[in-house]
Amino acid sequence: MATSTLDRPTGTATAEVARGPVRRLSAWLHRHAGVRLAALLVAPLFWLVVAYLGALAVLFVSALWTVNGFTGEVVRQPTLANFRTILSDEVYRTVALRSVGVAAAVTVIDTLIALPMAFYMAKVARPRHRRWLVVAILTPLWASYLVKAYAWRVLLANGGPVDWLFGGPGHGPGYGLTATVLVLAYLWLPYMILPVYAGLERLPDSLLEASADLGARAGRTFRKVVLPVIVPSVIAGSIFTFSLSLGDYITVQIVGGKTQLMGNLVYANIGAANNLPFAAALATIPVLIMVVYLVAVRRSGALEEL
Amino acid sequence: MRTGRTLTALAAVGLLALTGCGDGGTNAGGSGPGGIKPPNIDELASLGAGEGQVNIVAWAGYVEDGSTDPKVDWVTDFVKQTGCKVNVKVAGTSDEMVTLMKTGEYDVVSASGDASLRLIYGGDVAPVNTDLVTNYQDVFDGLKLKQWNSVDGVAYGIPHGRGANLLMYRTDVVKPAPTSWGAVFDANSPYQGKITAYDSPIYLADAALYLMKHQPELGIKNPYALDDKQFDAAVNLLKKQNETIGEYWSDYTKEVQAFKTGDSVLGTTWQVIANLAQADKAPVEAILPEEGATGWSDTWMISAKSKHPNCAYRWMDHIISPKANAAVAEWFGEAPANRLACAQTADKNHCATFHAEDEAYFEKVWFWSTPVAQCLDGRKDVTCKDYAAWTQAWTTVKG
Repeated sequence: MATSTLDRPTGTATAEVARGPVRRLSAWLHRHAGVRLAALLVAPLFWLVVAYLGALAVLFVSALWTVNGFTGEVVRQPTLANFRTILSDEVYRTVALRSVGVAAAVTVIDTLIALPMAFYMAKVARPRHRRWLVVAILTPLWASYLVKAYAWRVLLANGGPVDWLFGGPGHGPGYGLTATVLVLAYLWLPYMILPVYAGLERLPDSLLEASADLGARAGRTFRKVVLPVIVPSVIAGSIFTFSLSLGDYITVQIVGGKTQLMGNLVYANIGAANNLPFAAALATIPVLIMVVYLVAVRRSGALEEL
Repeated sequence: MRTGRTLTALAAVGLLALTGCGDGGTNAGGSGPGGIKPPNIDELASLGAGEGQVNIVAWAGYVEDGSTDPKVDWVTDFVKQTGCKVNVKVAGTSDEMVTLMKTGEYDVVSASGDASLRLIYGGDVAPVNTDLVTNYQDVFDGLKLKQWNSVDGVAYGIPHGRGANLLMYRTDVVKPAPTSWGAVFDANSPYQGKITAYDSPIYLADAALYLMKHQPELGIKNPYALDDKQFDAAVNLLKKQNETIGEYWSDYTKEVQAFKTGDSVLGTTWQVIANLAQADKAPVEAILPEEGATGWSDTWMISAKSKHPNCAYRWMDHIISPKANAAVAEWFGEAPANRLACAQTADKNHCATFHAEDEAYFEKVWFWSTPVAQCLDGRKDVTCKDYAAWTQAWTTVKG
C-alpha cells in the first residue's frame, strides 16, 4: 500500500489526500514498535491459538463426554469412563503397542535406506546431478497417497508381482502387518532422506579428507566423523516418519489385512460407531506418545534441524 | 405412586412396540426403548416444484446411473423426468449411514433396520407422508408399518426391499462346496488366512445365529438380543474366527478385488458383490446356508433437515415404482418391495428365487436391528447388551 502510493505521480489533489493518512499511520507505527509487532503477529497467533491449540483443547474436553448408546447424541457430562475403558481393556494396550512398534520399525527401515542414499547424493554424486537426485526423491510425493497405497495392494495381492519375487503365489508377505510396515516405509522415505541429505551437505569435505589423511578407514570415518554430525538430522527425519506412521489408518486399511492400529480405532469410533468422545479419548494416546518422543529428542538438538 | 405406575406402564408399552417384530401385525402402539418418544417433526404436507437436485446416502448398487454397467440404469430416466440431479454417497455400514445423516447434508437414506430406529429417535429423519408417494399402495403389506420403519402407526419411510447376507466362496478352491456357516467358524479351517468377514459390530449377530442353531443350550432366541453369557459366547466364537481371517471388509470394491485375486476365498457377502465378482470372471458362488442368515429390510427415509424435500419425495416414489424397483432388486439381489415389480424383472423367476412373497421364508432371515438393553426377544428378567457394547466388543474381536 505504502509503496504503491509512493509510485503514483504526485501533484494531483486526490493523491495528496490519499497519501496523507497512510503517511501519518506509518509514521505513527514507526514510533510505536509494540503496536507494529502486535499488528504483524495477531493473525498467525490467532491461527495458532484457535485452530491449533483450540482443537487440541476441544479434543481433551470431549474425551470426557459420552454418547447415548441408542440415539448417538453426545451427553455433555464430564466423566472418566472413556479413559477407564481404555486403561482396563487389554485390547487398547495391545493396539497402542502395535502402533508404536510399526512406527519404530518404519523409522528404522527408513533410516537404514536413507543413510547411504543421502550420503551418495551429498558426497559422491556430481554436484550437477544432485539437483536431479533430489527431484527424483521428491517425485513420488506428487502422486496421491491413495494411488500409491492401492498400487501396493495390487503389488502385494495373491499371485501379484511381490509374490512372484518370493517364488510364486502365496509366498510373499500378503496383506498384514509386514505389508503395512513395508508400504509405510515406502511412503515416508522422502521425509527421512531430505533432512539427512541437508545435514550431510553441511558436513565439509575437508573433514572426511582429514580423517583419511590421519589413517582412518571408511567405517571409522563414518562412526567418528559423519555419524556425530548427522544424528540430529536423522532424529529430525524420524520425527516425521514416526509421527506419520503413528497416525496412519488408510494404508493399514488397504494392505493391513485384519490389522488394527490406533488410527483405525479412532476412525472406527468416529465413522462407524459415531462415538466421538471415545475417539477423542483414544486420540490422546498418540498425542502423549509424541509429546514424550519430542521431549526426549529435544535434548539432542534435533529440533533445530527441522 | 400413581405417576410411577403410569411410567412403568408406558415403558412396558415401549418394550412391546420394540419386541413386536416378526408377528406380522400392523403396528402395536408405543414408542422407543424406555418410553422415549421420537422428536416431533412435521411431515411434508404437499408436493411442490423440484429443487433441481437430491443428495442420497445409499448402499452400493442402490443408485445406478449406468456408470457401473451401461445396462444397469434407473437414474438417468428419473433425472430426465423430474429435473432432479442425483448426487449419491455410497456407505459401507449402517453406522456410516447414521453418521452421514447426522451431518444434515443429505436428503434421503436407504436405512436398514439397525439404523432406522436410531435415526428416528435421534430426530434425524422426518415422518413420511405416504399419500405423496403414489407407488406406496402397491408395496407388500408385510413390509408396511413395521417396527423398524414406523412409530405409533406413523410411517417414517418407504420400504425398498429385503434380502439375506450370503456365504460366498471360490468354486476352484473351496471343495466340497460349503452348506453351513460352520465353514467360516471352523478354527481348523483349511482356508486359514483366506476367510473374510463383514467389518461391522452387527456381524456379531452372524455368530449368534450360528450358536443359536449349534449350541441350543445357550438359549439364543433372537441374534440381536444377547444376555451376558450369550454375548460372551458369540464374542469368543469370533475371537477364534479372527485367527483364520485374512481381512475384514466393509468396502465392497475391496471384497470384489480380494475374491478375484484369491486373497479371500470364503466369507460373508451380498448378492450384488457376487454379481460384480462374477462379472469380473472370478469363479465365485454365493449361497444361503442351512442355518438361515442375517439380512436386511431397507427403508428409504427422508432427512429432518432436507434441503430438497420435493426431489427427495420424487426419488422415493421413483425407486419403488415397479420398473425401478424390479431393476434395483435384480441388480442387488434382493426381494422387491413393490408387488407389481415382480412382473417387470428381466428374469421372470426373480421374485420366486428371492421369495418376494414368501413371508415364511423371511421368518428364517433375521433382519438387522439395533440391539438395545431391553431384550428384543421379550425377556424381562435379564438385560441385553446394547449396541455400544457390541461396538466395543467388535474392537476386542479384531484385537
